Amino acid sequence: MTDTPVLPPMSLLAELTHRCPLQCPYCSNPLALDGREGELATEDWLRVLDQAAELGVLQVHFSGGEPMARRDLPQLVRHAASLGLYSNLITSGVLLTEATLAQLAGAGLDHVQLSFQDVDTVPAETMGGMPGAQAKKLAAARLIVAEGMPLTTNFVIHRGNVGRIGRMLDLAVDLGARRAEIAHTQYYGWGLVNRAALMPSRAQLEEATRAVDEARTRLAGKLAIDYVTPDYYADQPKPCMGGWGRRFVNVSPTGHVLPCHAAETIKSVPIPDIRTDSLGAIWADAPLFRLFRGTDWMPEPCRGCDQREQDWGGCRCQALALLGDAAATDPVCTRSPDHARISKILADLPETPPPLVYRRYGNAPG
Amino acid sequence: MTDTPTPPVAEDSVVRFLRGTRLQHDRVRDQWVIQAPERAFIADPVAAEILRLVDGTRPVAAIIDILAERFAAPRPVIAHDVLEMIASLAQRQVLTA
Repeated sequence: MTDTPVLPPMSLLAELTHRCPLQCPYCSNPLALDGREGELATEDWLRVLDQAAELGVLQVHFSGGEPMARRDLPQLVRHAASLGLYSNLITSGVLLTEATLAQLAGAGLDHVQLSFQDVDTVPAETMGGMPGAQAKKLAAARLIVAEGMPLTTNFVIHRGNVGRIGRMLDLAVDLGARRAEIAHTQYYGWGLVNRAALMPSRAQLEEATRAVDEARTRLAGKLAIDYVTPDYYADQPKPCMGGWGRRFVNVSPTGHVLPCHAAETIKSVPIPDIRTDSLGAIWADAPLFRLFRGTDWMPEPCRGCDQREQDWGGCRCQALALLGDAAATDPVCTRSPDHARISKILADLPETPPPLVYRRYGNAPG
Repeated sequence: MTDTPTPPVAEDSVVRFLRGTRLQHDRVRDQWVIQAPERAFIADPVAAEILRLVDGTRPVAAIIDILAERFAAPRPVIAHDVLEMIASLAQRQVLTA
């Protein structure tokens, strides 16, 4: 591990808070949600931004929870802009008004990614668990576009909305978005809890992929479309985070510094903390970041695989969640000795989806 | 987006960065990068020379003139490179004519 060269990170995911008015059952936040009382202070975040820029971070993604629940967001955006950091706001839009948007734009915000749960109101609000959210989101999108801010719309896909992808992309164009993300649920945290209720069938996935391909042709020149598939149906694992401790650094609401947003599930090493160490020292030296950086940690079949520097062994948190061993080959890979686990999960998906477990404080199972 | 033919760019058009995109010097890695929504990509030295002249007021013809003089190169050669790069970056939602 010590021989792996440490490149500076490109992106900081700043998870400002876990508070959110929505309760999406596929939320990527951990099951143990941080409460407001433990959140970093404004000064802490200003210091994180200073250290990120110094380290070589180019883009900061303000996320959550709902980052607009933090009153100091405009101050943080302004500071990021002063450091030359490209700032992206990842928001549900339900707290966005003309006044708050003007504040953020004036502070130098570069881009907004706005989430939608669906194209139709009823299923959207069933998934988000917040009555009235869809109208607020549509209004937010119109305000963002009217202001001139570049907008990406994000739609998370699951078995219940997979048939509406074409219409979701039409909505993105109608709203004036430049980009759209069609992102299948990733099965970590709340998404993993709700896997049986959310995972599409293989036929649904194929239909989704066709819908995206069709829209890419139909909407060429109007809308750029990013498409993220559920890796359970892949033959090779995804290059999770572009490699462990290689491009991304994540800071949680309480100041935990993580190679990815699910990495707090790894309990074998201490979780580094921005309140006690600098981002640069953590990135270079913290055991959590060194644990799976590069290829030296890899077991077979990864170690001898010609894809090892393409997929970096896949996802460590998935190996941990599904096999109980974060250092195992991602079972999504067909070369994994445990790949049958994935096939079985998919074969055992129920005809009728079980009830959703909504993402809210105190609602995690177990 | 790759399926659409790249539209030609006229020499008299004035190009500018789309809102949300910019050229930026990456001090830590000593390289020029194009910052764009949810991604940053490296501008090679030729692209950086061109993009540093994109100021939202200068027509493409003036950018070509400056580079032809700076590199003492035949104008048609420079013009070809500049127009191609601008068209490609317009296609990728970085520049707009």
